[in-house]
Amino acid sequence: MNNIIEVENLTKKFGKFTAVDSISFEVKEGEIFGFIGANGAGKTTAIKMLCGLLTPTSGKATVASYNVYNQSEKIKKNIGYMSQKFSLYEDLTVKENISFYAGIYGLSFSEIKNKTRHLISLLGIENEKNKLLKSLPLGWKQKLAFLISIIHTPKIVFLDEPTGGVDPITRRQFWDLIYNAANNGITIFVTTHYMDEAEYCNRVSILANGKISALDKPEELKKKYKCSNMYEVFVKLYQDRNL
Amino acid sequence: MTEEVVIINEVTKKYDNIVALDNVSFVTKKGELFGIIGPDGSGKTTLFRILTTLIKPDSGSAFVLNYNVIKDYRKIRSSIGYVPGRFSLYSDLTVEENLKFFATVFGTTIKENYDLIKDIYIFLEPFKKRRARNLSGGMQQKLALCCALIHRPKLLILDEPTTGIDPVSRNDFWDILKNLEKENITILISTPYMNEAKLCDRIILIQKGNILDINTPAGIISNYKETIYSITTSNLYKLNLLLRERESAKSVQLFGNEIHYIDKNKNIKIEELKSYIINSSPENFSDVKIKKISPDIEDCFIALMK
Repeated sequence: MNNIIEVENLTKKFGKFTAVDSISFEVKEGEIFGFIGANGAGKTTAIKMLCGLLTPTSGKATVASYNVYNQSEKIKKNIGYMSQKFSLYEDLTVKENISFYAGIYGLSFSEIKNKTRHLISLLGIENEKNKLLKSLPLGWKQKLAFLISIIHTPKIVFLDEPTGGVDPITRRQFWDLIYNAANNGITIFVTTHYMDEAEYCNRVSILANGKISALDKPEELKKKYKCSNMYEVFVKLYQDRNL
Repeated sequence: MTEEVVIINEVTKKYDNIVALDNVSFVTKKGELFGIIGPDGSGKTTLFRILTTLIKPDSGSAFVLNYNVIKDYRKIRSSIGYVPGRFSLYSDLTVEENLKFFATVFGTTIKENYDLIKDIYIFLEPFKKRRARNLSGGMQQKLALCCALIHRPKLLILDEPTTGIDPVSRNDFWDILKNLEKENITILISTPYMNEAKLCDRIILIQKGNILDINTPAGIISNYKETIYSITTSNLYKLNLLLRERESAKSVQLFGNEIHYIDKNKNIKIEELKSYIINSSPENFSDVKIKKISPDIEDCFIALMK
């Protein structure tokens, strides 16, 4: 399998503060890659560099074989991105949001029409398609935001805490959508504070103080740290190192 | 004086034609750590906004510390602490300045109530000169809690204080809340994390403005009547899909590294389930393991919310 992300000694400093400290890893095509860590560990800074939104201080990184230093526009066309904070336009309807983003990504009119129909039926929101986004529950918005983030069939999608604050049932529906996208060949790069969701990833990296302190399959991490679940792994890793 | 800190009596609140709270009633007692659990849009924040006197109910009555939320709103405001869901401190002020500001607004000093916030403030002390906007999410929430406590409120209302906060900081936060219980401060808290719901003395489960259940966590678990099978395999996702196709499947839910499975036939044998899994799919599920388990609070909520 090819690597869709290759990162070597990637570093970002803000003044004297090192937010991301010489991290190295690869993400394979089609993988669900979990990127977890405490608040302030450097997750968002790392993601911003990989999305071409922030220039690294040093190190190397390629995403979909484009260099983050000088091919960031190419990267943006080939990735999807969604976060808890960046969402859709609250004052547009469901349908308008879909056609707006599809248009931005350069889909043709017929593609937009097909995609709109497909997304609305996938989410079962036929009756809500002409409602303003702000009238929908958060869980629906998050599911819609995810599907819109992959509307241009990107090679990889970055999800920054997509399920924050979402109830147990909707979280599981959200992960159905993630698995479905992964099955269709889209690589998933996801951050979460729900440790049961860390179990759903093919591999998980744990970031602490800007460094990767562990990276492996969930079952290997559990074996290594003699824990029964990822929650224990996370707590143990942080406590052992007194972070 | 009664020991009831919050009394909600048949409260209804509508926004245009959306019913946010539908004839809700409950009572919390002094010193209780009371959890309000429900999906987004269930009415949790509306409830908090009524109790903090920021909005009025359309009908019904509500009392906080024996004060009426409509008539006595000034008295309520000075005797409660509130941490809204959105970070609401002054991001341009430092940690120390924020704390001092809130103490002054409530007519007190940091010194006077320092013992109450000491356990939390030690986490913040190293950053006291840092502006609030430059703190991590976990630290911001600890600061918000300090500011809400600085006037020694009798009731503390926390609207999803741990959403977006990492597991270790969440542990710290709950340790702090458990300690506040000893100070006889009543706490009303909402959270989307089911393992946190379990730490409350009592919880209400709310959905679409209606209360589905009020009970202790143990009580909610003991009311659960289904038989749950925990199923594990290396190919969890494929197994999840397979089980959903099964005609007699009642509920199939992923729970981290296992599937929680409920069959319509309560007396189904583990062997029968195992042979179904192994024989009805071209996938290799020979490593499948099945065992009966007791429900956890998340199982109960999923069942109640459906």
